[in-house]
Amino acid sequence: MALLETKNLGISFGGLRAVNAFDISVEKGQLYGLIGPNGAGKTTIFNLLTGVYQPDEGAILLDGVNLTGKKTIDICKAGIARTFQNIRLFGDMTVLDNVKVGLHNHYTYSTLEGILRFPRYHKVEKEMNEKAMELLKVFGLEEYADYKAENLPYGQQRKLEIARAMATAPKLLLLDEPAAGMNPNETKELMDMIGFVRDHFDMTILLIEHDMKLVSGICEKLTVLNFGEVLAQGDTQDVLSNPEVITAYLGS
Amino acid sequence: MSFVAHLINGISLGSVYALIALGYTMVYGIAKMLNFAHGDVIMIGGYVVFVTVSGMGLNPLAAIIISMAACTLLGVTIERVAYRPLRGASPLAVLITAIGVSYLLQNVALLVFGSDTKAFTNVVPFPNLELFDGQLIIKSVTIVTVIVNVIIMVGLTLFVKKTKIGRAMTAVSEDKGAAQLMGINVNGTIAVTFAIGSSLAAIAGVLLCSAYPALTPYTGSMPGIKAFVAAVFGGIGSIPGAFIGGILLGVIENLSKAYISSQLSDAIVFSILIIVLLVKPTGLLGKKIQEKV
Amino acid sequence: MKKIKINKTMKNDMITYGMVILAYIVVQLLISSGHVSSLIRGLLVPFCTYVIVAIALNLTVGILGELSLGHAGFMCVGAFSSAVFSLAYKDAIPGGLRFFLAILIGAAAAALVGFLVGIPVLRLRGDYLAIVTLAFGEIIKNIINALYLGVDSNGIHFTMKDALSLNMEEDGLMLIKGAQGVTGTPNDSNFTIGVVLILITLFIVLNFIHSRTGRAVMSIRDNRIAAESVGINVTKYKLIAFTISASIAGVAGVLYAHNLSTLNALPKNFGYNMSILILVFVVLGGIGNIRGSIIAAVLLTLLPEVLRGLSDYRMLIYAIVLIAMMIFNWSPNAIFFRKRLKQRITAGRKPEKEA
Repeated sequence: MALLETKNLGISFGGLRAVNAFDISVEKGQLYGLIGPNGAGKTTIFNLLTGVYQPDEGAILLDGVNLTGKKTIDICKAGIARTFQNIRLFGDMTVLDNVKVGLHNHYTYSTLEGILRFPRYHKVEKEMNEKAMELLKVFGLEEYADYKAENLPYGQQRKLEIARAMATAPKLLLLDEPAAGMNPNETKELMDMIGFVRDHFDMTILLIEHDMKLVSGICEKLTVLNFGEVLAQGDTQDVLSNPEVITAYLGS
Repeated sequence: MSFVAHLINGISLGSVYALIALGYTMVYGIAKMLNFAHGDVIMIGGYVVFVTVSGMGLNPLAAIIISMAACTLLGVTIERVAYRPLRGASPLAVLITAIGVSYLLQNVALLVFGSDTKAFTNVVPFPNLELFDGQLIIKSVTIVTVIVNVIIMVGLTLFVKKTKIGRAMTAVSEDKGAAQLMGINVNGTIAVTFAIGSSLAAIAGVLLCSAYPALTPYTGSMPGIKAFVAAVFGGIGSIPGAFIGGILLGVIENLSKAYISSQLSDAIVFSILIIVLLVKPTGLLGKKIQEKV
Repeated sequence: MKKIKINKTMKNDMITYGMVILAYIVVQLLISSGHVSSLIRGLLVPFCTYVIVAIALNLTVGILGELSLGHAGFMCVGAFSSAVFSLAYKDAIPGGLRFFLAILIGAAAAALVGFLVGIPVLRLRGDYLAIVTLAFGEIIKNIINALYLGVDSNGIHFTMKDALSLNMEEDGLMLIKGAQGVTGTPNDSNFTIGVVLILITLFIVLNFIHSRTGRAVMSIRDNRIAAESVGINVTKYKLIAFTISASIAGVAGVLYAHNLSTLNALPKNFGYNMSILILVFVVLGGIGNIRGSIIAAVLLTLLPEVLRGLSDYRMLIYAIVLIAMMIFNWSPNAIFFRKRLKQRITAGRKPEKEA
């Protein structure tokens, strides 16, 4: 059974059909790419998957559980985490605290225990710090733990956003244009890191990307979206040599 | 008959709110900021007329024109000095700054004119309209205010729809960045918006003080806040909405004063704001805005 | 690395507590050596009131990131609920215990009102939220001004009309007399209690900020959409922060009410002008900077009293400083300029590429 499955997903904004009859099936452990020209509806699909938008029709299943109509926080708890096309960090908080917010639902104590500094507060905070530092180490950010997130260099901000998403212990990770704004060296480094995350955490990853080098380099399967509809779907090399896909990208 | 009298008093008050609300709605609709100081510009407009008429003995019409010029200058200066540097900053920062400007104008007026109440002479030189053998009196100020409202409303609508600057305003209100790319001078357009809003404030000041002839440094602040309530009620950004919202709010305030409790009338007015925002946040005639992810 | 960070926040908090305690000791020494005029001595409890309410508002503005213009309203609720309690039990409960209970009642009443106001208000954003809190503050003030409350052998009476409509027995005790407010509240407040309350407030707020809940609240402030995406319940945490903030403002009101023999809900003490004055403290002290709020509240209340000649210009100066601070701290150009300056300074030490 696939980890993520959507059936006939669709949404309209006013008169515009943004996504239509979208079906996808992502297997556990897969690195799956979602590509398509600007305005094809890729980010809208991410917003549908994470409950930012509610679909007009269709169903979303994660590990066989129906997530259709659920709210963003419940979808997060069910196991989908994401990053954003325009980086959305908690800019005024430290790098460490950004990750600790991601851990929020897994390490708990009450507000009162926090204010009165009960033993539980100290115990859980210690565990959170250890877990957060462990994650930061994976992403090579441990030396920045004390920095304000907004003061990080751009590339590190992208990494921190992934680290924060991983802190929610997801089953599926959605990356929205992770390489946007990166130079070729940074993109190469990012590719390695995405591969490492998949192997290290045994993670399933669905990513939106424009950088064809990155896509063809790491994605095992691809779905190409054009005008809100699936244009092609399948193994990366087959899809990229499909004449229709080439036309959609380069024009006829 | 007393109900009709209360109703007319309500329309009288409401027409002043409507006039102030027009200025609020323009600035909010285009610059996307709550110009908290708008009510205080009205107060300054009132003082200018007071000084020129009572102090220098000028003709009221000349005084109004001077007041409009002064308020326009004031509005543009405020925008240039206090608001423009904060373009692109968080809305919270802009709002706090606007509160600071409001505070500043009140205290400058306090230092210059003192805290005592100035008796404002009515500058509307027409007799009141008496109906049913004097049982029902409609003040000439009310009639003039309603007429002025309608003229301004029609004028503003035509201005926004038909002129080049007006269309630029609509473009800026939709998307500042895109407007800039289309070659529109965003800062200039917003400055023009403030100029128009502030000259309307001068007119509102004169009519407010003519209808309620007691002028203090705090004269503008409560009507300003209530006019904002009116603008939200009618749908912020909508020109006819400001008019309808203003009149309705004035009527509601007066009727609750007359039939419920004069102590609680303000509470009732503010409750309306809360109810409107919770039930229909876009007001009677407003448009919906959605945040982009 | 993380050790250093934790020590840093701990140290920071300790400095704040220490500053308050030190100020208290200095003032006590000055009083005992006769260096404090009766005028300043009369201001000591109001100082504490302002400090507490400024901390409360900073929790809403700086940590939650929403502008409330209604905190004077929460102060008002705390003041009146506790004053009524203290007046009703003036002879029945001994002073110390009575004031302790009054503080709890004021805090609870303000928390309840804050919670009820917060449910609808926190759904709104930005400007609307600010103006609606202002509206709620005015509504609270209006209602209290129209309220008559009395107690007699038949129980509690209240009306919104006039004193006569209460229909009280001979033995009745008037608690709230409409616009005339509450008279005869015992003067239970003093400077020492005020400082203790400041320390308790600090303890609650600082510990709150550095807890799991505080982080959730700040994450909403920094980016609501991202906070939701990592599973933070936005409504819940906004409401928690707002309720705590309202409750603390209520405690400030308790302190204020028990320092006066007559308590009225006037525009100048519980109207939106008061809310704006508190906002001035918060902005000048630095939004989100708790220690700054304390310093600003004390300095801005003290300065005009010390420099008598300045008192006419006090509000004017506040206004100008408020605008200047906002532009300096928040203008995109000013922020860019400061970043450049910082880079220059660090570049002087080690060669770095100029951005």
